Amino acid sequence: MPTTVPAPGNDADAAGRLKELADVTASDSTLRRFLHGLPGVDAVGLEARAASLGTRSIKTTSKAYAIDLAISMIDLTTLEGADTPGKVRALAAKAVLPDPTDRTTPRTAAVCVYPDMVATAKAALAGTDVKVASVATAFPAGRAALPVKLADTRDAIAAGADEIDMVIDRGAFLAGRYLDVFEEIAAVKAECGDKARLKVIFETGELSTYDNIRRASWIGMLAGADFIKTSTGKVAVNATPANTLLMLEAVRDFRALTGVQVGVKPAGGIRTTKDAIKFLVLVNETVGEEWLDNTWFRFGASSLLNDLLMQRQKLSTGRYSGPDYVTVD
Amino acid sequence: MSESAARLSVFKTYKLFVGGKFPRSESGRVYEVTDSKGNWLANAPLSSRKDARDAVVAARKAVGGWSGATAYNRGQILYRVAEMLEGRKEQFVREVAEAEGLSKAKAAAVVDAAIDRWVWYAGWTDKIGQITGATNPVAGPFFNVSATEPTGVVAVLAPQESSFLGLVSVLAPVIATGNTAVVVASEKAPLPALSLGEVLATSDVPGGVVNILSGRTAEITPSLAAHQDVNAIDLAGADAALAKELEIAAADNLKRVLRPQPVDWAATPGTDRMTAFLETRTVWHPTGSLGAGGSSY
Repeated sequence: MPTTVPAPGNDADAAGRLKELADVTASDSTLRRFLHGLPGVDAVGLEARAASLGTRSIKTTSKAYAIDLAISMIDLTTLEGADTPGKVRALAAKAVLPDPTDRTTPRTAAVCVYPDMVATAKAALAGTDVKVASVATAFPAGRAALPVKLADTRDAIAAGADEIDMVIDRGAFLAGRYLDVFEEIAAVKAECGDKARLKVIFETGELSTYDNIRRASWIGMLAGADFIKTSTGKVAVNATPANTLLMLEAVRDFRALTGVQVGVKPAGGIRTTKDAIKFLVLVNETVGEEWLDNTWFRFGASSLLNDLLMQRQKLSTGRYSGPDYVTVD
Repeated sequence: MSESAARLSVFKTYKLFVGGKFPRSESGRVYEVTDSKGNWLANAPLSSRKDARDAVVAARKAVGGWSGATAYNRGQILYRVAEMLEGRKEQFVREVAEAEGLSKAKAAAVVDAAIDRWVWYAGWTDKIGQITGATNPVAGPFFNVSATEPTGVVAVLAPQESSFLGLVSVLAPVIATGNTAVVVASEKAPLPALSLGEVLATSDVPGGVVNILSGRTAEITPSLAAHQDVNAIDLAGADAALAKELEIAAADNLKRVLRPQPVDWAATPGTDRMTAFLETRTVWHPTGSLGAGGSSY
């Protein structure tokens, strides 16, 4: 399988490779040299590849499997200024029992909320294996000083968050201060320690080019991200098949180079079962079955779940379902 | 080369009308439509059940806006449909004549009747409430009102024989009261229905209020009858065996079902087809001790 990164020295073992990468992040100039040394992205080829994988026909038992897998990968998200404890509790109940008419429906992976709602979500999910993810670091803009971002992260973890979704400083990234971005992610990662898994949001819609998305992915992975995530869902362009494919290639190459597996989370704009299945095809074809699991792949979504449930009802009853038969949230 | 032979004829691609757009069938299929003598007229899309599902999604989306529009506004829009039909009368006369094997004069009479039917139903939009609603006399200190509201998404099986007048006679009453419709056109003669879509698209009818499918009635309709998000079904175009099958399928979510019945489409209709797809809502409003104990209000 061709990778986008030049192969390291002949028989270098994984530890040696990691050490080599430590040199990469030693200074701003080495990091810049490394990132700009990554091969450029063939935009036309990338989009064509993503589009062609989107034409796969997934039917009957495969579709049933894909729907259940997609449900189990959802980070059921509510990130509104108008969030109330009641709404978060309702969402938590839905995460545990997505379709009250069919108890064989799998649970979602997590509930994703703002830090001040973590305690509410945690209490509502007590005794289940559904995780609580919290956005942090001055989500969604990320425009705050580092101590504020770290305090935000600390609060969320103290309240019981199992996962932290941080945003990178896009301003620093676009200004070319890559090491600042790296160090910030590393600092948040240190704050998470082994208490929470860290998802790093790049806000791909603000990064302008595919090359930038590839560079940001590598910064995130080098800094210790457990997951790389496309977007906040708060800008016009969110997860697309093309940018998700690009990030999947990045995690594939990173593992080939270092042996470290990193997850991917497309978020925002995925609303239909058809879309979700397209993403699952991308995962399977790019990084393979090892990522087809909610430990390594997630969907950041809210309305997607209802569509998956309606499709699931259609498969089990043979009747097309409607919005009257799923909850309004 | 003679001048008259110089021009190639332009064939029309008939397409579905779903959500205000003109898509081909999702399946890519078409079927041949012939006139009453078996001569080829055109290819019409052969809809699949997925087209039916897409149409229901479009119809559901349109319910809020259409049922929320004022009845007066709906009347204006339906009248506008009649105006647009008037301007394209020639085309409809030709299509109806070919489809039903009528003479040009007879076909023109049918199209006139269909346009008049739109006008007739356009007038009913803001009057149907008066004859279906009431303030009810109740034994208690309540102001009790019954008012009707549209049922929601209605699947309409257009009559098989009367390809245009029959179609208008079943479609207009459904949308006049604020429902949205998924119409399955006459299987043998779908062309006037598909052309009607072009008229609706230019008549201020919001996209999704009317969705028109052509194809095999027996293939498309079972999924519409079983669809949980369809609130009612008009079986006008179903034969006895199909009607029974569809009524059974429709029972699961308690759809309103209008059974097929012999109808003279030329006669002035009653209000039955409008009231079939209306739901009655009754409100009990407390009036305190109004009039009872000398209360001042």
